[in-house]
Amino acid sequence: MEIDPFIFRLSIFILSIFVGYYVVWSVTPSLHTPLMSVTNAISSVIIVGAIIAALSGSDGVVFSSSSIYGFLAIILAAVNIFGGFLVTQRMLAMYKKKKKDK
Amino acid sequence: MSANLSAILYLVSGVLFILALRGLSSPETSRQGNLFGIIGMVIAVTVTFLSVGNFSSGFVYVLIFLAIGGSLGAFIAYRIPMTAMPELVAGFHSLVGLAAVFVAISAFINPSAFNLGTPGNIKLASLIEMAIGAAVGAITFSGSVIAFLKLQGIMSGAPITFKGQHLLNALLLILIVILTIYLCLTQSSNLFWILIAISFLIGFLIIIPIGGADMPVVISMLNSYSGWAAAGIGFTLENTALIITGALVGSSGAILSYIMCKGMNRSFFNVILGGFGATDQTSGNQNKEQRPVKSGNADDAAFLMKNASSVIIVPGYGMAVAQAQHALREMVDTLKKNDIKVSYAIHPVAGRMPGHMNVLLAEANVPYDEVFELEEINNDFANADVAFVIGANDVTNPVAKTDPQSPIYGMPVLDVEKCKSVLFVKRSLSPGYAGIDNDLFYKENTLMLFADAKKMTEDITKNL
Repeated sequence: MEIDPFIFRLSIFILSIFVGYYVVWSVTPSLHTPLMSVTNAISSVIIVGAIIAALSGSDGVVFSSSSIYGFLAIILAAVNIFGGFLVTQRMLAMYKKKKKDK
Repeated sequence: MSANLSAILYLVSGVLFILALRGLSSPETSRQGNLFGIIGMVIAVTVTFLSVGNFSSGFVYVLIFLAIGGSLGAFIAYRIPMTAMPELVAGFHSLVGLAAVFVAISAFINPSAFNLGTPGNIKLASLIEMAIGAAVGAITFSGSVIAFLKLQGIMSGAPITFKGQHLLNALLLILIVILTIYLCLTQSSNLFWILIAISFLIGFLIIIPIGGADMPVVISMLNSYSGWAAAGIGFTLENTALIITGALVGSSGAILSYIMCKGMNRSFFNVILGGFGATDQTSGNQNKEQRPVKSGNADDAAFLMKNASSVIIVPGYGMAVAQAQHALREMVDTLKKNDIKVSYAIHPVAGRMPGHMNVLLAEANVPYDEVFELEEINNDFANADVAFVIGANDVTNPVAKTDPQSPIYGMPVLDVEKCKSVLFVKRSLSPGYAGIDNDLFYKENTLMLFADAKKMTEDITKNL
């Protein structure tokens, strides 16, 4: 019998939870705030769904009832992607080591 | 672009996201990690454009909306003060949640665009995934909005509780499950809308009973939810990048919630069921007889510190409120010039989100190798001359170690009282969020400095 492709996706999902578990435990506590902002940014990869939804209108019709939700989702996700990565960048740039005594 | 190639590229971007989190294991590798994250995102978006392959007028609009959202995000990212990080993160979580809801709605209205069947005849598995994604997304959205309003001070941080609250929440959750089952049986769009509406309501109801100081747990929990919502949508869209990311973010938020709960010695359910702080206030007030405290001024504090050889600084949420981090660093610079050893001690739940204090200190140019976690530094208090507590309260309360009756008993605390002398900057003697008196105030070796944290720190610097 053939295996449902769903099972493969479920396997990826479960294994990713474990990867996430070990990777996140190794994050140093002083970087927990950047961790939250970067996870925020990457979870906005949901924009791929938004793009598909936005481009789903048939020829000539750009704004159909379903594509409007896609466009709205694109705005929301884009705020998050740019905001999330840039604010993380800004925070990480502030973490400096002690300057060596001259 | 062939479906196989795009699937592989989505996998690549998933791996890059893992590396982005991996980079955060040390500040040196973190910037590179962030870069990996950005590359992963660019790949995912580009692949989506190429695989949809629709470069009609709709594509132009996509770019326009992307630019609008992107510039708004960039603007916020550059303007936001570091003290407002918890609000920002809560706000961003709400956007992910709402985006998940919108994508689910769109997929429900027009399933053929996503290869999920036709309206009214959507594949069963897709429908379940869609319903889960939309429900979790909606809970994340309304929950984060409430968290944002509480953090921003627009809504009171006090827990809002009413009779039958938990029963109501439980009933609504059961209702969601029932609705999902009926949705699968009937494919009715009305049920789908009701499902989303109830999920919004649940998100609202589960966050209102949680008090302001429990926000570190709430933010981490919502972080986790936003991940699960993304994963749910990822299953609907059969997209590996989204599934991997959702799982990563989901477990990341869950671990952070766990760390925060452990920092308060409370179970996750205890926090979620809420109401902490409201009930305990009464017990705190009972034994509030006037005990003598020693209070001093900036001059006394400067004298004590000048004669110390090592000082440990304990920052808390009050430092963030007073924006005192820069003034604090200036004070420490002066101390260091006098050959006094200074380090910082950070409790896991100091502030309103995980790592909040570390970011503020980093902003004030404090080198991160002078900043220590509770376990690393707790033994050093006994050998230090002065502990300078600025804006922290409950996390220093020795009652947590001595009084089994206390609501914070068993919570890991910083052993501040072991220092030769303790300087406690605070605006008044009022108890902290737990509503309990801090024994530290009345200790022989404690000097209370009643003032605004920023002003007091500046005054001390002048007197050094």
